[in-house]
Amino acid sequence: MDKAVTTHKLTKKFGDFVATDEITFEVAQGEIFGFLGANGAGKTTAMRMLCGLLTPTSGEATVAGYDVYTQPEQIKQRIGYMSQRFSLYEDLTVRDNIRFYGGIYGLSRAELKTKSASIIRELGLDSVADALVESLPLGWKQRLAFSVALIHDPKVVFLDEPTGGVDPITRRQFWDKIYEAAHNGTTIFVTTHYMDEAEYCDRVSIMVDGRIKALDTPTELKRTYGVDSMDGVFQILARGTSGK
Amino acid sequence: MKRFLAFVKKEFFHILRDRRTLLILFGMPLAMVLLFGFALTNEIKNAKIAVLDLDHGPHSRQITDRLLSSGYFQLIQNLNASRDIEPAFRRGKVKLVVVFPPNFSQDFARNDTEAQVQLLADASEQNTAISLTNYATNIIQNYKSEQAPPGTVAPMQIDVQPRMVFNPELRGAFVFVPGVMAMVLLLVSALMTSVTIAREKEMGTMEVLMVSPLSQLQILFGKVLPYLLLSFINGCVIIALGVFLLGIPLNGSLLLLLAETLLFTFLSLSLGLLISTIADTQLVAMFASLLVLLMPTIFLSGFIFPIESMPRFLQFVSNIIPAKYFIEIVKGIMIKGIGLDLLWKPTLLLLGMSAFLMAVSLRNLKPRLNQ
Repeated sequence: MDKAVTTHKLTKKFGDFVATDEITFEVAQGEIFGFLGANGAGKTTAMRMLCGLLTPTSGEATVAGYDVYTQPEQIKQRIGYMSQRFSLYEDLTVRDNIRFYGGIYGLSRAELKTKSASIIRELGLDSVADALVESLPLGWKQRLAFSVALIHDPKVVFLDEPTGGVDPITRRQFWDKIYEAAHNGTTIFVTTHYMDEAEYCDRVSIMVDGRIKALDTPTELKRTYGVDSMDGVFQILARGTSGK
Repeated sequence: MKRFLAFVKKEFFHILRDRRTLLILFGMPLAMVLLFGFALTNEIKNAKIAVLDLDHGPHSRQITDRLLSSGYFQLIQNLNASRDIEPAFRRGKVKLVVVFPPNFSQDFARNDTEAQVQLLADASEQNTAISLTNYATNIIQNYKSEQAPPGTVAPMQIDVQPRMVFNPELRGAFVFVPGVMAMVLLLVSALMTSVTIAREKEMGTMEVLMVSPLSQLQILFGKVLPYLLLSFINGCVIIALGVFLLGIPLNGSLLLLLAETLLFTFLSLSLGLLISTIADTQLVAMFASLLVLLMPTIFLSGFIFPIESMPRFLQFVSNIIPAKYFIEIVKGIMIKGIGLDLLWKPTLLLLGMSAFLMAVSLRNLKPRLNQ
């Protein structure tokens, strides 16, 4: 069982609307798995089912080897989650945020101490460790949110459009952090609609109207569709037009 | 448990870091108690009156003296003719005009039933007008019975001697403080909890909490616990202010009073939770708390307007206002000094309401957060 995430015909319906339609895929341990799609294509719904925020309508799914229906508690302890809103408490300090998230994952006092020291040092936040998060620039908040999502050394970390509203340079720095985490064996499951980011992933799935239309490495996808960028692939699949 | 404590600690940080929250939390009860205790009172002292004395006899003068020495009235104008009455009221200063008709003293001396005093009150403030005419009538009646020659009893006159039990001085604070307590506890508990939960939803942090190993119950109780504690402290502060500053007696058991306060706080928190299951933004939570909770509490709990004089429909509605029972309990314990043997009914009602509200909000919450 060395698959980080598996799904089989996973489906979620909201009334008559089918948000994700029988999606089936596997994500290997330590892989950076990109989950692409236009807004409303169903990628956030799929991710929420895997995180335990939504109950699937039908189909099967496992995360870190545990079943999403019957073992949500085991899953929760082994996953990290970062939403597009960075999910830090703005009215608490950097240190408070780290300690809080460490605390709710059950880290011991000693672990909390070493973890918060190492996060603050790695991100170069020494000077603002006791400043309120609201005073930090967006890029710093983003990296802090990511570090906090990894505080309990999760097997899989889910990133829901983690780079929204951030400039390209900061985005690049953020991806360096992602590579680092993947290198340490954490599986990264990331949704995005920035096509340049898709190039950074090991494998990419492209969702259109609730279904997975393509799933492969970026190189392979570009060759299959005969284009030279992920943007081109996306244009063909999502909009039915041929991009350049 | 450790996770839960980490969560509770974070809640305390939120509260203690935010000056505005702290100010509302501890400034509001103080301001309200002082306001209701001292400024807003229905006792009347030194009401401004005018006298139109067309009699100029000994009795009219003595009655006027009696009125003025009572402490309720203050003479600011002597009128000369009845046409002066209206302008005096119009200028707005005079609240009551006492008119002695010509030959009043002669009629009075003959013990004539024709002897009449006219009281005109400014009824644009109806409560004041009623109180003032009552005070004045009493004083005049007293004077009359004192002047009657011994042995002669006026025909068919019954001597009514009212005695105000539990609150002989008719102090307004006795009525207001329990009401303020209910209002503050409700407001702080319900408003604050519903707003902080809505804030987590708004900020997107609720999602992260839901993904974390914290259970739904831990999140909810983690939210409720700090406010339960702070509101309870608040309740104690109000009781202390009432007793030591406003001189309200504490005739019953303090322990029972505190237990009931805790119960009512818990009920308010359940209401806050219920609101937070419906409200997704802080603004909605705030309006819901103010409109749905505060308004009915002020108007229908008997805090300001007596329930007995409400239309039948509103009287019926007032039965579901929790503050009504809490006020009844607080008054019972503090002023009447009665115990649980007489207060079990409202207590049981509050308990039932809390259990019901808690159950409904817990049931409501899961699907709401699941969307």
